[in-house]
Amino acid sequence: MKNALETNSVSKNFGDFTALNNVSITVPKGSIFGLLGPNGAGKTTLIRIINQITLPDSGSILLDGEPLQPNHMKDIGYLPEERGLYKTMKVGEQILYLAQLKGLSKAEVKKRLNHWFEKFEIGDWWNKKIQELSKGMAQKIQFIVTVLHQPKLLIFDEPFSGFDPINVNLIKDEILQLREEGATVIFATHRMESVEEMCDDIALIHESNKLLEGKLIDIKRQYKTNTFEVGLITDNEPQLMHIIKSKFDVSPAVFKSLNTDLKLNIRLKDNESSNELLAFLMSNAQVNHFNELVPSVNDIFIQTVKNS
Amino acid sequence: MNHLPLIIKREYLTKVKNKSFIIMTFLSPIIMIALFAVVAYLSQLNNNTERTISILDESGFVSEIFESTENTTYIILNNISLSDAKSLVEENEEYGLLHISSGKDISEIEKTIKFYSEDTPSLVLITSLESKLENKLSDLKLQQIGVDIEKIKTSKSNIDIAQESFQGEKTSKIDNIVKLAFGGFAGYLLFMFIIIYGNMIMRSVIEEKTSRIIEIIISSVKPIQLMLGKIIGTSLAGITQFVIWVILGGVLMLIISAIFGINMAEMQSPQQEMMQQAMQSPETQMQMENVMAAIYNLPLTNLTIAFLLFFIGGYLLYSSMYAAIGAAVDNETDTQQFMMPILVPLILAVYVGIFTVIEDPHGTVSTVFSFIPLTSPVVMLMRIPFGVPIWQQLISLGLLIATFMFTVWFAAKIYRVGILMYGKKPSYRDIYKWLKY
Repeated sequence: MKNALETNSVSKNFGDFTALNNVSITVPKGSIFGLLGPNGAGKTTLIRIINQITLPDSGSILLDGEPLQPNHMKDIGYLPEERGLYKTMKVGEQILYLAQLKGLSKAEVKKRLNHWFEKFEIGDWWNKKIQELSKGMAQKIQFIVTVLHQPKLLIFDEPFSGFDPINVNLIKDEILQLREEGATVIFATHRMESVEEMCDDIALIHESNKLLEGKLIDIKRQYKTNTFEVGLITDNEPQLMHIIKSKFDVSPAVFKSLNTDLKLNIRLKDNESSNELLAFLMSNAQVNHFNELVPSVNDIFIQTVKNS
Repeated sequence: MNHLPLIIKREYLTKVKNKSFIIMTFLSPIIMIALFAVVAYLSQLNNNTERTISILDESGFVSEIFESTENTTYIILNNISLSDAKSLVEENEEYGLLHISSGKDISEIEKTIKFYSEDTPSLVLITSLESKLENKLSDLKLQQIGVDIEKIKTSKSNIDIAQESFQGEKTSKIDNIVKLAFGGFAGYLLFMFIIIYGNMIMRSVIEEKTSRIIEIIISSVKPIQLMLGKIIGTSLAGITQFVIWVILGGVLMLIISAIFGINMAEMQSPQQEMMQQAMQSPETQMQMENVMAAIYNLPLTNLTIAFLLFFIGGYLLYSSMYAAIGAAVDNETDTQQFMMPILVPLILAVYVGIFTVIEDPHGTVSTVFSFIPLTSPVVMLMRIPFGVPIWQQLISLGLLIATFMFTVWFAAKIYRVGILMYGKKPSYRDIYKWLKY
């Protein structure tokens, strides 16, 4: 499968400060790609380079296999972290202007807008000025502006910061829908848990270096510890504890439960299977909680930073 | 893709549709003209007060020179003492009393002339009385020493040196004044245009930063296109405003003078009397003709073309600097520290232009300043009516265009980086660093 976007050894310095150091990422077509890292890691710089707002010092970028060129601006939809609209301009005129800058014709914009206005139930907003809208309403307009020209690549920088929960859900649904229609999506965020559930692929950036990249599921597999969280109901807690400890690697666990007596994290060795564990537990106590501990991206990130 | 027309269109329409812009456009000429009309009306009201002035001429030399006019009535008092005259004038609530005492000769008389009045008398009135008396007494003195006044009058000469260049081009003092007025007007117009609309560009750039739309825009267009679009769009709005001002101002002036015109002719204050006399004299009429001739004598084609080129060049040069400043800062209050590089050359240009061009339009200082790109648009515009060789104009224009290209490149660099910098007040050092990004 072709890649929607590739960056090859992209570096960028601002004076003495290195914002990006030989960063290469590969975004597969049709994926939702999480560009993750703490504040100041270089995510926004990389995104600005992809959007041709900033020029890289070295390295190359391929969009759909072609070297990036000014013509590609219309193929990308970008919702920046610092986003806003002309306060005194009317909603309709504003969208029209921004969409025309992306190369759409006036008639085409109006046709597509009908669809979105209906979808977001904002049909009567055409003549409203942005300063009359609430923040949540303005966010909907910003989203429409980002996707109206049906770009092949959508880039969202901290998409959910400042969005209310209803809008977050609305927009998550829309993004998934756009992916269904063939778009590739890049999320950049420092709140890793917020997009973890949506991402197929991720790259971790820390202090201008890429630390990790790949399919989220592969990375999680790679980082899994074979640990299971179990909750047991028993009459004789000390005895049960003793039996388990003699067979497995055990540590106390913390989770919410109504009537569990014993909460444990049990780490299996490579030759042990979860079924064996479960069978063993069932023969000794009543099991009311059994869950494989999957590392969160946050855990993986912290671990990677520690190891690097 | 070229988005320039689209950006220009938006910038122009937003400016022109802006409420305060519309109000400014239509209100300022009305306010200006109304102010002018009020001042004219008030001074007319002031001058219309009728005055009665009594004159007690004990010397008997001067009473015949006072002829009553519509607003000023002179009453000649005879055979009455000064104290009686004073109480009489006070009783009749007259404006004042002019007392000329008798003396053994004119030198003595002129020292004792006094004006008595309730309040401090009008300066204009006193000056007019003084000039009347001076004329009469000087004549009398001349007569006493046996000089024929008629001879004196005919012996007065009036010199107007005719000027002609070696190429045979004739000029006169009036020509020079007209040239100065044209050049000064063109230079000053450019100066005002830069200040007003340069600021407008700067504010519009800041607005895009504070409303945080800038990053969305520049993911669609190149920053330099956005900057040029802004400059051109705002300038077109500026030209629209200027044209409306000129037309509206002209129409209003016509209306006002139609209403007040007749009244103005009726005004009969002392200074107006003098002015009217002067206007009717054949000398002034000849001068008016000279002015018209001087205007026709100007190198009009050269002037028009040079005006357009230098105006556009100078304006674009400065407005790109304004755009760069707007991009560098977050709000208008932070712009102060960066205004110096714009205002200093601009003000220097106007002053150098006004002072050195009057002194010598082709002198070293004015010539040099008409080549330095930051001052050349204003100074060259002031010099051109005096006839500047084409090669000088071309070199100056070339330098201007080269500098303009450099400034736009420079401004675009600052713009490109600056528009994405939030929350920090940059220093000159920071901006220097941005150039290398």
